[in-house]
Amino acid sequence: MDTRIEIRASEITEKVAQLCVDANFNVNSDVLNAIKESYTAEVSPVAKEIFTELLENAKIARTCQIPICQDTGVAVVFVEIGEQVEITGGHLYEAIHEGIRRGYKEGFLRKSIVADPLNRVNTGDNTPAIIHTEFIPEGRIKITFMAKGGGCENMSRITMLTPADGREGIMHFVVETVKVARANPCPPIIVGVGIGGTFDYAALLAKKSLLRPLGTQHTNPDTAVLEQEMLERINNLGIGAQGLGGRITALAVHIERYPCHIASLPVAVNIDCHAHRVKTVILGS
Amino acid sequence: MHIQTPLREDVIGNLQIGSKVLISGTIYTARDAAHMRLAERIDQDKDLPFDLQNQIIYYTGPSPARPNMPIGACGPTTSYRMDVYTPKLLSRGLKATIGKGSRSEIVIEAMKKYRSVYFAATGGAAALLARAVKKSEIIAYEDLGAEAIMRLEIENFPVIVVNDIYGNDLYKEGIAKYTRFIRIQECNHYQRNIHLDNNM
Repeated sequence: MDTRIEIRASEITEKVAQLCVDANFNVNSDVLNAIKESYTAEVSPVAKEIFTELLENAKIARTCQIPICQDTGVAVVFVEIGEQVEITGGHLYEAIHEGIRRGYKEGFLRKSIVADPLNRVNTGDNTPAIIHTEFIPEGRIKITFMAKGGGCENMSRITMLTPADGREGIMHFVVETVKVARANPCPPIIVGVGIGGTFDYAALLAKKSLLRPLGTQHTNPDTAVLEQEMLERINNLGIGAQGLGGRITALAVHIERYPCHIASLPVAVNIDCHAHRVKTVILGS
Repeated sequence: MHIQTPLREDVIGNLQIGSKVLISGTIYTARDAAHMRLAERIDQDKDLPFDLQNQIIYYTGPSPARPNMPIGACGPTTSYRMDVYTPKLLSRGLKATIGKGSRSEIVIEAMKKYRSVYFAATGGAAALLARAVKKSEIIAYEDLGAEAIMRLEIENFPVIVVNDIYGNDLYKEGIAKYTRFIRIQECNHYQRNIHLDNNM
């Protein structure tokens, strides 16, 4: 029996273009809720006013179709590809890139990518994207688009701890990363933490952890406790919204863990700003 | 309080950290790539594309404007990346910068020396800030795209004073007010064992 599911490359392009625009104009409800809750919990009047501004900004962005933030990001795309899926009429990566080209042009989004890190000439269409692919035993494609700002990406860090450093070592590195970053990554931030794997994989875990909706608990109870403890310590730093002082520095801490070598304890911290732009679409069955 | 560009000496001297200020008049945009070019010209003792005397530079790279709109989204970018160039620009008469995030000690010292201030605008409130921009025009380095230098006409552009001309720093004072030291003992203990590459 033929169980193949055909998905046209042009459909992928179209959906990716929509995700780019949607993510940059329409703040997700989980982020809006987190900002509203922060407004209530915050005691600093200056920080409270920032939260009000952010809510007002989201409203203007949605109604006027203007980006939430002028840094409309590097396009980070996570693709889960069903093993039964066949892409027709084109290739996956090119279809995604064409979607980004279209979305960034039609949405009047900023093109923030230079073709070479040293020569630094803008590519003019915000490509290439950073694409992560993964196979799943299903007949669908799930595409998650993230517009990742440069300011918060710059404040991210990675380290190779020793097994002896353990929980407290991890805690200290993460809190210190936020402390060093202060106002730079546009707090209130979302802190993504990858623990384990290898040097490269820990960074990927940290980025992937950011995709989980805000306000949800981790399925692993031990990780959930660690996230809560880390969040509390980060908020004790007093950095506050925009670094002007306050009780809410981070909206959430998200952690992902993975097996690792007996000698290693890689820890990566990927910071996202409050302009947390993540949108998903599912194609196929 | 309201202030008008070009900035007058007495106005700058009266600015206090934490004060909310609404700026009206003309300001100029410049970020990483434009700063590199401006600094190069200063090093070569050449003229700049615009006179810095008593002016304000806003660290931003706006998104493209829709037809019939004065500008796209235009929030601040992180300022520390410009720190290496800022003292040179201040020496040419620049009186204020707008961005987000802390400045280096060298820049704070230079601001005292040249009687210049640093304002923060709300990062990520770029749609809101765009409403205060009435007109924009590229005046130099068009090849840089979003990083070109633009002249902006602004009305009541909202900022907060972070560094005044006396060396005060709102980030330091604001954060100190809300820091809780509950677990400091624990942290100190582990500090001995962990080598952080970027201690503060």
